[in-house]
Amino acid sequence: MIRSVLLHGFVIAALIALEPLLSEYHHGNLARIMVLAVYATGYNILFGYTGLLSLGHAMFFAAGMYGCALMIRLAEWSVGPAFIVGVICALIAGIIVGFLALRTIGVGFMIVTLMFAEASYLTILYYNEYTRGDEGFTIAQSVRTIAGLDLSDTTTRYFSALTLFSICLIASAAVVQSKAGRVLVAIRENEDRVRMLGFDPFRYKLFALILSAVMAGSAGAAYAVLFGYAGASFAAVQYSIFPLLWVLLGGPGTTLGPLLGTVLMFYLVDYASGTIMPGLAAMVETQFGIEAPGLASAYLLLVGVALVLLVLFAPKGLLGTLRARMIPWLP
Amino acid sequence: MVAIAQLATEGLVKDFGGLRAVDVASFTLYDGEIRAVIGPNGAGKTTFVSLLCGRFPPTMGRITFEGRDITALPAHERVALGIAYTFQITSIFGNLSLYDNVALPAQRRVTLDGNGTVRTKAMAALDRVGLADKAQEIASNQSYGHQRLLEVAMGLALAPKVLILDEPTQGLADSEITEFIALIREVAEETTILLIEHNMPVVMALAQRITVLDQGQILAEGTPGEIRANAAVQTAYLGG
Amino acid sequence: MNLLDYLPFDLPHPALLAAGMLEGTVLAAVLALTALGLSIVFGIMRVVNVAHGEFYMLGAVLAWFITHTVSGIIGGPPWLGFALALIIAPLIVAALAAATDWLVLKRLNYDPEATIVATIGILYIIQQLALTFYGPDARPVEAPFDFRVQLPWFGYSGYKLCVVGAAILLMLIVWLILARTKIGLIMRATQYDRETAQAFGIPVDKVYAGVFALGAGLAAIGAVLIVPIQQAHYLMGGDPLLLSFIVVILGGLGSLKGTLVAAIFIGLSDGIISTLYEPTLAKILATLLVAMVLVFRPQGLFGARAA
Repeated sequence: MIRSVLLHGFVIAALIALEPLLSEYHHGNLARIMVLAVYATGYNILFGYTGLLSLGHAMFFAAGMYGCALMIRLAEWSVGPAFIVGVICALIAGIIVGFLALRTIGVGFMIVTLMFAEASYLTILYYNEYTRGDEGFTIAQSVRTIAGLDLSDTTTRYFSALTLFSICLIASAAVVQSKAGRVLVAIRENEDRVRMLGFDPFRYKLFALILSAVMAGSAGAAYAVLFGYAGASFAAVQYSIFPLLWVLLGGPGTTLGPLLGTVLMFYLVDYASGTIMPGLAAMVETQFGIEAPGLASAYLLLVGVALVLLVLFAPKGLLGTLRARMIPWLP
Repeated sequence: MVAIAQLATEGLVKDFGGLRAVDVASFTLYDGEIRAVIGPNGAGKTTFVSLLCGRFPPTMGRITFEGRDITALPAHERVALGIAYTFQITSIFGNLSLYDNVALPAQRRVTLDGNGTVRTKAMAALDRVGLADKAQEIASNQSYGHQRLLEVAMGLALAPKVLILDEPTQGLADSEITEFIALIREVAEETTILLIEHNMPVVMALAQRITVLDQGQILAEGTPGEIRANAAVQTAYLGG
Repeated sequence: MNLLDYLPFDLPHPALLAAGMLEGTVLAAVLALTALGLSIVFGIMRVVNVAHGEFYMLGAVLAWFITHTVSGIIGGPPWLGFALALIIAPLIVAALAAATDWLVLKRLNYDPEATIVATIGILYIIQQLALTFYGPDARPVEAPFDFRVQLPWFGYSGYKLCVVGAAILLMLIVWLILARTKIGLIMRATQYDRETAQAFGIPVDKVYAGVFALGAGLAAIGAVLIVPIQQAHYLMGGDPLLLSFIVVILGGLGSLKGTLVAAIFIGLSDGIISTLYEPTLAKILATLLVAMVLVFRPQGLFGARAA
């Protein structure tokens, strides 16, 4: 328990200490990563700890993002209340989807969540009069303030993202090490046995799903206000796959795995689309004489390769493998 | 001692598709007894006790526990009332430590009672089956016999009023069976035991009364001596 | 002159309706073929192949490469390139699918959740490789022949009618293989119980690789048939995947009869709706319907219990 508190405290302190050392480029990246890591942390509670694989979490992220951004754009609310509306939207979506999707198990759950998310994505496109569809809309810098602080300022943005991430990390660590967390892990391992030990699995799964949705929604709302943009691409299937990939890479069922996976994948994709892919494209064309017109922009290839390799060779992810081999107390 | 009915069924029927798996007119388990349910393979023993603990609903019939109708109650609420079930196929949490395996039912008990600590109750349950010194080891790394004992410890940690054991000695070595019989005798001092068992020496050593199931119906019921002497049982079960 | 004139609401012009019906029939035919592939794979292997749409896309892209090579470089007639594409493209796709089964799915022991994650990865790999070597443009493939059939209201493409015929013929062949041949019997045996099938000496590994190849091959054939009508593009796999999902789930997971009924139903309604009305709204309703069917009626709308 003490080790766990120290570890999480150390990670948060390291993120604070890092701030003045970062170049403007990495500054923006890390703020974005922390917001996305909130999304991944929420996803991890459902997938990593409870064993429920959702293919539709983008709907919760988008519920938060649009709930917040539309209140600012259409109702001219200020950032604080709009953010809360975003989180409430995700909460409601979580409750509705939970009551329906949790009636199914396994593959059924995956497809039901996928279909709900697809319907949400299409709904955003359908009402493009308000949402501007795929193109999306920006939120003016002038309204992105909270308590007199300018959220578009890099330092403020960094610490806002860090605050949200710290809250979610601590909440996630507290939940998974609580009595309820023990039941969630047990459901992942053997749901039938949990029922025969006197727990109602449905209630716990619903709790995990709602908590997960709320975190995803707060990440979406934070993304809108910190980066001043909302677009339908955040509701598309891809954005449901990303948190799965980040969590799989970092380690499902570890509190710090989502952050680690998000950092690594973000920089891998960033480096790949900036350096590796164009270089590879040039090499393929000059060395082998094969035309590869799209290689430079095919960074999603890495996402595909990473998913297949992880599921084949490292289903426990980085921290999960570390825990199994060396540090059994890792939360 | 006056026998008090604890768990009882009336006209209990379970159909799977067109097959009638269980058709028990009347069954009563008395407070404090050790009851064995025996019968040939496919006689419906596991289905019958699964109906008692609510793993699936009956097609027809009524189940009462301490006079209360529990037919419509979901499994987890029956567990909360005091009916615990240990699985025939070892059903532990393989990736978790022995401690975490028993902490879960202990936690349920603590929540229900509103007193005690999870740690003391969990360790007590492990201690009872002799696994306390292995508390931090991973369950799936244990020998088969220890896994069976862990399964029983999970039932004990619930401190149930009725403990249903589904073939607990299957696959155990002879020395382990001797220890197991001693353990169940001790547990039976505060808990009613319903035991499904194939191993006849275990049944004869433990059971005060025996219920024989055949093709989903009760063929005979009585003391071990009566069952041994029953001609119908001998033809159906002991092979004549 | 027409009963429809007396209806209290406006119906689309009969010619438009007929056109919608025809377009719907063409779509239904190709969709049924594609969805049948997904359904067979799920029915027999219990694998939800999320990369199914990419096998379809690959069939279309390969058809472009083959017809382009034959007519553009060798200078052959369009029908030759198309005929070659119709044979070679599905074979390449089937071989690739068999390799995928061998290298990935088999190693995952066909665990349902792990295979879904893996096929998502394969989706991106195939799609991005297509982007890499084929590029981001949509390219047309010339139809193998060009004649029009004169209907009461308008002339209609003879090729499109042939697509419907070809799809029906192929589905009949697949049905005959599954229902009447020894190979079909072996496939159905592994569907019921993998371990028992293995114990009876059925080479389950090969059957699985074959089933996965067949499923992907059917999608590829559907795509080759459609490229003279729609252009080949590296992102074209998304829609058929979604529609196949809808069809397979409404029809009842793993039920072949249900899949066919649902494919005709969805294909026709999608054809009519997208010709006449707003397609996005139709898709929203269809995806919600699928989710609700899975939640409340997992055996599907048209199927009996999964056979």
